[in-house]
Amino acid sequence: MSALLAARELAVRIGAQGVCCGLDFELAAGEILVILGKNGAGKSTLLAALAGLRPPSGGQVLLQGRTYAAHGSRAAARLRGWLGQHRDDPFASTVLESALAGRHPHLGRWQWESAADVRIAREALVEVGLHGLETRDVQTLSGGERQRLAIATLLTQAAPLMLLDEPLTHLDLNHQIAVLEILARRARQGAGIIAVLHDPGLAWRYAQRVLLLYGNGHTELGPADTLLTPARLERLYGHPLARIEQDGRVAFIPI
Amino acid sequence: MPARRRACYVLAALAGLAGLSLAAALLVGSVAVAPRELAALLGGEASSLAAEVVLQLRLPRALSGFACGGLLALAGALMQVLLRNPLADPYVLGISGGAGVGALAAILLGLSGVGLDLFAFAGALAALFLVFGLAHGDSSWTQTRLLLTGVIVAAGCGALVALMLALAPESKLRGMLFWLMGDLSQSLSPWPSLAALTLALLLVMPFARELNLLARGAETAQALGVGIARLRGLVYLIAALATAAAVTSAGSIGFVGLVVPHLMRLAIGNDQRLLLPAAVLAGGTLLVAADTLARTVIAPEQLPVGVLTALLGVPVFLFLLSRTGGQRA
Repeated sequence: MSALLAARELAVRIGAQGVCCGLDFELAAGEILVILGKNGAGKSTLLAALAGLRPPSGGQVLLQGRTYAAHGSRAAARLRGWLGQHRDDPFASTVLESALAGRHPHLGRWQWESAADVRIAREALVEVGLHGLETRDVQTLSGGERQRLAIATLLTQAAPLMLLDEPLTHLDLNHQIAVLEILARRARQGAGIIAVLHDPGLAWRYAQRVLLLYGNGHTELGPADTLLTPARLERLYGHPLARIEQDGRVAFIPI
Repeated sequence: MPARRRACYVLAALAGLAGLSLAAALLVGSVAVAPRELAALLGGEASSLAAEVVLQLRLPRALSGFACGGLLALAGALMQVLLRNPLADPYVLGISGGAGVGALAAILLGLSGVGLDLFAFAGALAALFLVFGLAHGDSSWTQTRLLLTGVIVAAGCGALVALMLALAPESKLRGMLFWLMGDLSQSLSPWPSLAALTLALLLVMPFARELNLLARGAETAQALGVGIARLRGLVYLIAALATAAAVTSAGSIGFVGLVVPHLMRLAIGNDQRLLLPAAVLAGGTLLVAADTLARTVIAPEQLPVGVLTALLGVPVFLFLLSRTGGQRA
């Protein structure tokens, strides 16, 4: 079987700024890849290109061996989930309805959500710790609760490839770890995951590979434990970092 | 499937209300008709003054009112979702402004009937093409650009309307003002607007669930498999043509398009599969009820129906808003 996602000679630009060029990689089932880089380096733009939401300026993105155009948007949505950065809900909607939105690509045009779809959505809400809030209006939720609801919607979509743009925004420490544990569990069950994170320590802990975006078109891709060194991260963020290791876990703190 | 069953109950109840409002519109007026006689009249078995009044005057007017109310509520609900702005209404893109300029020009030229309708529709289409043409920037419409262009075109039309009102002879002013406030007595035949309503609803219903996703954000919708550019273009066009059809037949009736969708959202939630048909039924019902009052409260004088829709709708809306606000707190 072909890789869940493959980038071939991928070039992405924002205006005149290069994000990456000639990027080649494959993401296999069960793998977690984390994208790191400064604000404005193009992490979200690259992720959107990998998700087929914006055209790359060169090269190809292949979802299970075929381009997004060849899949069609509905079929692609059954294979690839995407979590965006922005949450805003101009209209009232219940938590359960919002989670059920993830079932859209699995339903026919005239089909309504079945009891099985509702069960999948409820299980996802339990997983992110939002059970009991099914009938609450989304507009009354806190920022962190909305973020977890968006993750529950992504889980409800049940796509084997998940692309997450800053999934830990607004989340407390305990929920950050809980969400990463959910993603790691999905990966063990065969999902492929690409996430944009801000904490290199969490990337070290959860990712097999990291992709570093330097913001000038230069990128580095490799195993997390060899690539995440203080020297390299200092170049990446433009700020000196110290590496602290305790009980087999690593943290990077800004000096 | 409880959600689907609930939708059926809600729509059946609203259809019942719509039927009641239509029946009331046929019964009430200077020539009173008893409910028992109505069936015979509609069956065409009696020919009398009553039959003449009900079949020739009240029935077409009630159907026109229902179609216009439904069109405006549908267009309003669609605009609110497309612009992701609860304050959007069918007139936000300047369509009623364009129709107003056309209609007033027709009245100034001494036209009435079909001529007036043609001018109004041409005005609405001109505004529509102007807005879409100008807002069509680099290959895609951005929401803000579309909204701003609509608001500016509407303002320009408003100025033209004010100019024509200032220049108009005294004798034509009343007709012009009634057109601007919305008035069903001028609508000719209910069939074009009823056809437009049916067509618009049939065209958007297949996309109702995709519109639910669009309301949650364009990128999210796109990631869930919605072809947003095509969907937006299609639905904008349907909403705009629905608005044009409504204003052509009854002038720019305010309030229905803004508030009926909100009223329905507060009552039944924001699932477009239920909301769109429910808004059509409720908008039609509200306009028929308002028009029946407009022609009876100070009979034989008639009030412009636009005034009545606001007077009826505002308290209902405020009540619902305070009720849901209380639940949430």
